[in-house]
Amino acid sequence: MTHKKLNRSLGGNIFVFTIIGIFAFFMTIPLIYAISNSLKPLNELWIFPPRLIVSNPTLKNFYDLFNLMSASWIPFSRYIFNTLFISICGTGGHVLLASMCAYSISKLRFYGSKIIFRVIVFSLMFSASVTSIPNFLIITKLNLIDNYLSIILPAFAAPLGLYLMKQFMETMIPDTLLEAAKIDGAKEARILFTIVMPIVKPAWLTLIIFSFQSLWNSGSNLFIQSEELKTLNYAISQILAGGIARAGVGSAAVVVMMILPIVVFIFSQSNIVETMSTSGMKE
Amino acid sequence: MAGMKTIKSKNAIWAKMKYDRIAYLLALPYLILFFTFTILPILISIFFSLTDFNSISIRNFIGFENYVRLILNDDIFIIALKNTLIFAAITGPIGYLLCFFFAWAVNEINPKLRAFLTLCFYAPSISGNAYLIWSLLFNGDSYGYVNSLLLKMGIINAPIRFFHDPKYMMTICIVVVLWLSLGTSFLVFIAGFQGIDRTLYESAAVDGIKSRWQELWYITIPSMKPQMMFSAVMSITASFGIGDVISGLVGFPSTQYAVHTIQHHLQDYGGTRFEMGYASAIATILFSIMLGSNLLVNKMLSKAGE
Repeated sequence: MTHKKLNRSLGGNIFVFTIIGIFAFFMTIPLIYAISNSLKPLNELWIFPPRLIVSNPTLKNFYDLFNLMSASWIPFSRYIFNTLFISICGTGGHVLLASMCAYSISKLRFYGSKIIFRVIVFSLMFSASVTSIPNFLIITKLNLIDNYLSIILPAFAAPLGLYLMKQFMETMIPDTLLEAAKIDGAKEARILFTIVMPIVKPAWLTLIIFSFQSLWNSGSNLFIQSEELKTLNYAISQILAGGIARAGVGSAAVVVMMILPIVVFIFSQSNIVETMSTSGMKE
Repeated sequence: MAGMKTIKSKNAIWAKMKYDRIAYLLALPYLILFFTFTILPILISIFFSLTDFNSISIRNFIGFENYVRLILNDDIFIIALKNTLIFAAITGPIGYLLCFFFAWAVNEINPKLRAFLTLCFYAPSISGNAYLIWSLLFNGDSYGYVNSLLLKMGIINAPIRFFHDPKYMMTICIVVVLWLSLGTSFLVFIAGFQGIDRTLYESAAVDGIKSRWQELWYITIPSMKPQMMFSAVMSITASFGIGDVISGLVGFPSTQYAVHTIQHHLQDYGGTRFEMGYASAIATILFSIMLGSNLLVNKMLSKAGE
């Protein structure tokens, strides 16, 4: 640490650290319980009282999840494939379209861009539950029921990603740089992809992560009705609805679901924090 | 003269728009989808809320009848409204303060440990429906982890049905929602704390700031205002959108409507009964509450400390 520690008392340190320690422990208990449960053999799941930590770990639950499930239901791997497909397509399109639009709003400042951005900020103030019913009508009219586009297309236009990208571009890209490129004869699209995008890498990494997480977690909705097209989130709630009898397999499914977002976050934490540093609202 | 001026300025606007056509082209794909799936649904909701559209009969314009029926004749809606406001009033502010406090506390720690603790706090909110693990922890029979502990310690004689006994349902849902609340706002605050100019603290120490609490109040909070406003939007919106978590835990509909929220009411009329006009009125009310409380809190935050 290069800076001097100021105004720090030992008592205060102990107080703050103890609180963080206790809360960090309680926050992670359910996740630890999920991991531990997923490794428990059947006889340990039925021990009374149940134990937090597994004593004879086994991978049998994971094996059951992928193999036995396929006998009676849609194979579990199918749900994983569906979810991955939706997440990857939705995320790719979101990053591309949101970056194009954010660049246009933050740097090209066309007539009407201010009011459009205001509307987008307003849209952060209500959640998707409000729009779910009319969206069902719109999706039906567009003939997208039972089509992944019904999840992917709305994800392309998620407002949070556009907001973060626009704020980041506005702060990080100096206008003089763009003017210089224009004098050299570069076209807008070229400037965006060869000059702007490399500079805003933390922002698009953040958009990738946020979009991927929300799509990866997207649950059952009215738009997808065929069983074989449904997502991981839906499969897990079905398995866990079986109660203690399926606690092991259900926990294994939860672990499969949470492992990807958590690993991705571990590697991208610093980029997200950098993006968030420009996320403040001015008015 | 005035007429000439508007024509001229109209031409100027047109010329600017023509000059900016690439800008419009770049923005258009996103904006079309944004309009279709975010703005258009709001407009449709407001329009349908004034009709008796139920996807079977032809729709008639009935004015504010749906709203009158909601407020005067629908007892369940009043329960839902009350529950929604209780949930939001508790989980919104507490979740917000938790984000702020933990981001501040974590910021004091060395970078390696900070990254690890950030992960611990943030992990629940990104773990999909891992919150369903709570239904195993608090399972209603004696194999539930919490029940078995309480039984063993002799605090209770029979297992508590946490998710079906109206006495406990709201509390347990609030706990789980708070567990999930260290999301985007938390990261925004972490970034905010890291972005504060260190020299501010040094000069403040010279000026007589004595403790970390005074530092927090006089320097940190004023310099974090933009982040605080953005986080507030994230927290408030999240606190009104917790219906799915509740359904996941206690089922839908919940026992005796103990944790029935406006979102559930909307789902009931729109998704189950297909009374689209009535559901649209519910959606419009929820929309107004969300937008209204966001704008109100934002106004308060922007005034604070000025």
